[in-house]
Amino acid sequence: MKTITEQKPLEEVMQPLEKCERVYLIGCGTCATLLHTGGKSEVLEMKDKLEEAGKKVTGWMVIPTACDELTREALRENAKDIEAADAVLVMTCAFGVQTVTLYIDKPVYPALNTLFIGKEESPGCFTEVCMQCGNCVLVQTAGICPLVRCPKSLLNGPCGGSEGGKCEISPDTDCAWQKIYDRLEALGQLDKLEEIQPLRDWSTTYGGGPRKIIIS
Amino acid sequence: MKAGTNLEKVLESGMFAVTAEAGPPKGTGAAVIQRKGELLRYCCDAINVTDNQTAIVRMSSLASCVLLKQGGVDPVLQIVCRDRNRLAIQSDVLGAAAVGIGNILCLSGDHQKFGNHPNTKNVFDIDSIHLIQTLKMMRDEKKFLCGEDISGEVPLFIGAAANPYADPFEFRVVRLAKKVKAGADFIQTQAVYDMDKFAKWMEMITDRGLEKQVHILAGVIPIKSAGMARYMRDYVPGVSVPDEVVTRMEEAKNPKEEGARIVIDIIEQLKEIPGVHGIHIMAVGWEDIVPEIVEKAGLLPRPVL
Repeated sequence: MKTITEQKPLEEVMQPLEKCERVYLIGCGTCATLLHTGGKSEVLEMKDKLEEAGKKVTGWMVIPTACDELTREALRENAKDIEAADAVLVMTCAFGVQTVTLYIDKPVYPALNTLFIGKEESPGCFTEVCMQCGNCVLVQTAGICPLVRCPKSLLNGPCGGSEGGKCEISPDTDCAWQKIYDRLEALGQLDKLEEIQPLRDWSTTYGGGPRKIIIS
Repeated sequence: MKAGTNLEKVLESGMFAVTAEAGPPKGTGAAVIQRKGELLRYCCDAINVTDNQTAIVRMSSLASCVLLKQGGVDPVLQIVCRDRNRLAIQSDVLGAAAVGIGNILCLSGDHQKFGNHPNTKNVFDIDSIHLIQTLKMMRDEKKFLCGEDISGEVPLFIGAAANPYADPFEFRVVRLAKKVKAGADFIQTQAVYDMDKFAKWMEMITDRGLEKQVHILAGVIPIKSAGMARYMRDYVPGVSVPDEVVTRMEEAKNPKEEGARIVIDIIEQLKEIPGVHGIHIMAVGWEDIVPEIVEKAGLLPRPVL
């Protein structure tokens, strides 16, 4: 499981830095390194681009896991260079950006878009298999999530746009319900598809403010 | 009678029903929809109004249905799950009942990717089967989904869609059965061109006895040109246009006449298939042809009940 990121277009990265002369750069040694979006080489590339744009880079580091609590220590150790900057540009997922934001009083800007929590299906190919909805339906759907894999999040089987195993939105997208159907058929559980799945309780998902859990 | 609409009366009387689709305008011209109503009212038992079809913004289905109703037409209000959550949908249903719109067709809705606002956020709070359940609960129990009481009657004749040509084929009848179980009173199918596959699908329906529990209207789309035939064959999701239909259109001296003839041939065959209770004509942007098709298919005059 990885947090999948992509680099924002350079123009968008530069826009909030317009009035900044000095910038400090942070990358991440975990997901963003694996995705080649915020590892050491990408951080150095960004350093060059910033310098080409006339900025001074006061320093840079690649935090082993930017979303971790240890980030606080890493920021402390590099406090001097960070202090010398007008802004911090963070090349990590949004978890890392927001962890950095917690401990720094300067403007912190993201250089990446955080896309989804992904699974590496084949080398270099990451797909979204779970949307963290908070109310798992996999028991009815043969272990394949229709909420995230079906563009309409349908719960009661494929819509009329399922053709040849593909989804109507793109020939590159598998129909989640065809996959569920095939697996249930192989398991001898097609009768599960005869049941009407009830309306969903979305209160566990988005729209209710930040979700929080405390483990005692 | 559940809603007492003209469509319900025709279907319950056992007559072969005819409905047609009318797309609302991309604008505020009431006359556009009124004209379509005027054109179609004598050859159809009810007229469907699409709900932002193919995810392109148009005049609301509810407002268009009111305009049709004022012109003496029995409208079918289409509701898709793409654009509204359960609050908005139930609210629209109350409004529809208040102005005497009784037929509602429950659809998932085309994905927004195909439309003119591809950057929008879809809703899909509930799916089309849930929508049927919602309408049935509002009508039969006079309750909202939350369990609270509705004041007043909610007389509804509930419709749903079915596509015999989508995959997995074997599941298509199961899905229809789920819609019937959820409370569908009538079904409109995707356009029929491949008669063998449709007949096979209907056989599976009659094997389950579903045609006795729900009225099935077979969908037809008149094709205007060879280009349209090819486009529908190659690019329209969920539609299956056999090569022979494309060839017939390509070789035709007068493609429009041929397109109408193809549909009339299909209707003639549909009339003979056990369990088919009527047809639904989706003449997208070619509504003018509908009266001729209905007449030549021997379905005029429409009953006055």
